[in-house]
Amino acid sequence: MHHEEVFTNRNVTESSAYYYVDIESYPTTGWDKFKQVVRRTFSGELFIGLWVVMREMIKFDIHTVQYPKEKLPLGPRYRAVHKLLRLWESGYERCIGCGLCEKICISDCIRMDTRIDENSRKEVTEYSINLGRCIFCGYCAEVCPELAIVHGPRYENASEQRAHFVIKDDMLTPLDLLKAGAQEEYPGFGAIIPGSDDAVKKTPLAY
Amino acid sequence: MNEITITIDGKVIQTQEGEYILNAARANGIFIPAICYLSRCSPTLACRICLVEADGKQVYACNAKAKNGMEIKTTTPNILAERRAIMEVYDVNHPLECGVCDQSGECELQNYTLEVGVDSQTYSIKDTHKPVQDWGLIHYDPSLCIMCERCITVCEDMIGDAALSTVARGSDPIEAEFKETMPKDAYAMWNKLNKSLIAPNGGDTLDCTNCGECSAVCPVGALVSSDYQYTSNAWEHQQIPATCAHCSAGCQISYDIKHTSIANPEPKIYRVKNEWNYVSLCGAGRYGYDFENRDVVKHPEAFDAAVAAFQKADTIAFTSTITNEEALILQKLKEKLGLRLVNNEALAFKNFLSDYSTISGKTLYSGDLKQVHDADFVVSIGSALKTDNPNARFAMNNALSMNKGSGLYFHPISDPVICNMSKNVTQIQHSPMMEEAVLYLMLDLFGDKSAMPSALVEYLSSFHSVKTVTVEETVDEKVTETVTKMVLNEESGVEEEVTEEVTKTVKKKVSKEVEVDENALFGLLNAPAGFVDTLTKYLAKKEKFALMVGPDLYTHPNATNCARLVALIEKYTQFSVTMIPNLANTLGVAMICDLDGERGNYTIGYNTAGDFTLSALGDGDLDMPSLNQQEGTLTSIDKRVNPTNVALPYGGYVLNDIANAFGLNTTLTVEYTAHLPVDKGFKAVDFDALPNHYTNSGEEVRGYVLENLSVSVTGDESVEPFDASKAINEKVIYLANPVLQFSAFTARAHQLPSSGGLYVAQTAMETNGWSEGDCVRVKTSHGEVNTIVIADGKIEGDIAYLPTFDTTLNSESLFDGYRFAAVSIQKV
Ligand code: SF4
Ligand code: SF4
Ligand code: SF4
Ligand code: SF4
Ligand code: SF4
Ligand code: FES
Repeated sequence: MHHEEVFTNRNVTESSAYYYVDIESYPTTGWDKFKQVVRRTFSGELFIGLWVVMREMIKFDIHTVQYPKEKLPLGPRYRAVHKLLRLWESGYERCIGCGLCEKICISDCIRMDTRIDENSRKEVTEYSINLGRCIFCGYCAEVCPELAIVHGPRYENASEQRAHFVIKDDMLTPLDLLKAGAQEEYPGFGAIIPGSDDAVKKTPLAY
Repeated sequence: MNEITITIDGKVIQTQEGEYILNAARANGIFIPAICYLSRCSPTLACRICLVEADGKQVYACNAKAKNGMEIKTTTPNILAERRAIMEVYDVNHPLECGVCDQSGECELQNYTLEVGVDSQTYSIKDTHKPVQDWGLIHYDPSLCIMCERCITVCEDMIGDAALSTVARGSDPIEAEFKETMPKDAYAMWNKLNKSLIAPNGGDTLDCTNCGECSAVCPVGALVSSDYQYTSNAWEHQQIPATCAHCSAGCQISYDIKHTSIANPEPKIYRVKNEWNYVSLCGAGRYGYDFENRDVVKHPEAFDAAVAAFQKADTIAFTSTITNEEALILQKLKEKLGLRLVNNEALAFKNFLSDYSTISGKTLYSGDLKQVHDADFVVSIGSALKTDNPNARFAMNNALSMNKGSGLYFHPISDPVICNMSKNVTQIQHSPMMEEAVLYLMLDLFGDKSAMPSALVEYLSSFHSVKTVTVEETVDEKVTETVTKMVLNEESGVEEEVTEEVTKTVKKKVSKEVEVDENALFGLLNAPAGFVDTLTKYLAKKEKFALMVGPDLYTHPNATNCARLVALIEKYTQFSVTMIPNLANTLGVAMICDLDGERGNYTIGYNTAGDFTLSALGDGDLDMPSLNQQEGTLTSIDKRVNPTNVALPYGGYVLNDIANAFGLNTTLTVEYTAHLPVDKGFKAVDFDALPNHYTNSGEEVRGYVLENLSVSVTGDESVEPFDASKAINEKVIYLANPVLQFSAFTARAHQLPSSGGLYVAQTAMETNGWSEGDCVRVKTSHGEVNTIVIADGKIEGDIAYLPTFDTTLNSESLFDGYRFAAVSIQKV
């Protein structure tokens, strides 16, 4: 059964810039269809397009980025392959193994192994992301209470297989980089909003 | 009890007179916040969050009883203020550890904090240093503890170990300013919380039967399983509803599974959970979950060999750790191939039941553990209750503590756990082989003599004699004395001496000769001195009587007589009778299979040794799935046919494949569920139609209950007298398992010990000069084993026991069926 949707013209007022596109009616007879094909095939538009290409080519003024020789600068909030950060002072891994990233991930591509370590702390023994499934939505970084999992700028992750994993070692800031002060904080999803301190109501302390 | 009508928040509901408001609300789907209350245990009033207004008065819903016509409001401005303050107090200094806490996601503190809407904190106090404590299987983090005392309550009212109590927290007092400003109940709650912490009774180490129920009921992450800690988040698990495979209690559990690790996607059981408001687990059920037959693949040669072995065999020997469906397959194979089915433990129980039927006229006993929970006088005969069926012990303890009950425990081995359940429980430590005398005593004490067969009444009266004893009595005696005292003469104002006669009563002891009835059975059973008086005290105002009988009777040389006596007790006393089946599915096997006594020439063993062995323990000629890898049903002590599901994958052959090779043609084992014998009380219900849950009111909706069918009786109620000379008074040994163990399956679990030895009470170790780990030779008239001595702090006295869970000991070979045997033990 054919069902015609009734529009209420919610966004279309007299003054708005919306207008109905004038769509010519479909040809019905065989002869009309033939005429339409001939008209479209031999119209001059094809040659206009060819001319534009030709004109730009002989100008030798190319605007295309010469990837991979050349790369565009990325915004700091760009969401590519993840990184796991460390605490600045102690060098400990920030990730506490809460599993929130694993839970929130809409592609279900994060997995982690945890255990209790010698100091009675929760230790993340392994952490993996299947980049073949990740949609780089940023939810993991946003939910992380420790600013541990963040996105980095590495977007080159072509692989031979659909499934393609990064593990903890690939993502964790190496200690020498940390010592060299080269770990970068991520200002994107999940980062602390400027002025958060003032917005928080403090818990009273008895001492 | 009377049906009454009450109104909660405008909703009219029906409940029983005397029911707590909270329970009435819960049964009717009305939410009242409550933290410290545990169904089936006594209210402790630790949290006070369950405040409601009943007929205009503020009461605690968990301990205020509903009265007819009561009008209840679950919220008023004052109650909301109290609740908000209570939750704020709970959050004071509570570590922000949700990210790693094992309870995260199923934490009642999180839930109520959000429910009540705490978004800022008003209160504060200086924190104290509270280091974490390792209690073996359990881990205690006092910083997370909110002092709801649920752990103490469940251990006392349900489990019966009473192994936990409160100790001083050593905190500063709460600032006076708060006392004046904060809501009253919240302050009272805080004041109590601020004074205490939880500690094991024995000091630093937890000395108990390790049921882990305290950690199950803990609303926060303060008490958690040491093994589970930090391995998973609650929400990662798939919960597989199942029935515990270890003992006949058939507890409802859920196997919580998840992939093993990133590298290994195979599912693994991480923990067992239970609906602790309605069912309490023992440690074997909670910690003994990984008994699966791992990494099994199909070897067609092994299967062909199995089929060939079946063709050759004349006997299948098996244990009762199988499902009802498997039992039915075995029975069908028996019919098809003319095999014998040998399972002596189930046969003993089957015979006991049928002997019992000859008098009772019923296929099954009348009672179940629910009746024990509800009773106020509980008796246990012929069972090492604590380890034969932990839930039977919980039921007895629960009855003693919740119904102001009292109880008798008849067993040769002194059990401090049972004796310490209540001050109103007495153990009668009779000699082995005197069980019949115990049953006669029951008839003598509780039987309706006017209805009982006259021969029996006569026999019983033969134990009574009249004895003259001298008793000391205190009598009141009036004495008149003349006293002189000084009295002020009002007229003259001078003191004068006045003599006066005073009569007073003084207590005086006199000896008197009285005639008393003496019951020789007491002496024969070594009843403690003054037992008659104890019993009179115990029996005062008692209404509901429950008797549990156990495997010592089924394997007794005069088991038939015992069974008939049990039937007479059920018929002529007010006791409900519950029989404790030996293993997980002993009752099911006894109902489904026609069992034979002796093996033939070529035996197929199923989970027991045979000429060709099928084994779920991974040690046989053909692998079989264990009970956490199978779906099917198990029949419990409550005569309930409970479904269990597949928690872990299994890649090998199952019994049904063998049956199919012999033309039984059934795709799935569970197709047999609907064909379980209806003439034995089973129902023709499909496996997938079997429910497995509890309702909010605590009603058990699991599988179905076997129908207790009538059988014809001859009217012959004669029983044989017992022979007191058969009592074994020399050194004996018992066949039983230690706490946490039931079978070779529990022994496979990584958290439980895998090997056993000779279990000896601490004091007996000392008197014999043994120490833990000493090698001994244990010798009976049937055989001998060399093993090591292991101290068992949960028994007392001189009787040692050998376990069955460690099959390398082959303990059964030392016994002649009966669980006691005369023994000599030598240190080697
Ligand atoms: S970016 Fe999105 S899809 Fe990718 S891992 Fe994080 S949550 Fe999952
Ligand atoms: S959310 Fe952050 S802290 Fe939690 S497990 Fe993921 S990375 Fe670790
Ligand atoms: S494990 Fe069981 S017996 Fe031990 S303290 Fe906890 S509740 Fe009590
Ligand atoms: S340990 Fe758990 S159950 Fe026990 S008092 Fe503390 S919070 Fe309550
Ligand atoms: S072994 Fe028995 S008491 Fe323990 S959990 Fe299993 S069924 Fe329950
Ligand atoms: S539940 Fe009633 S006082 Fe805690």
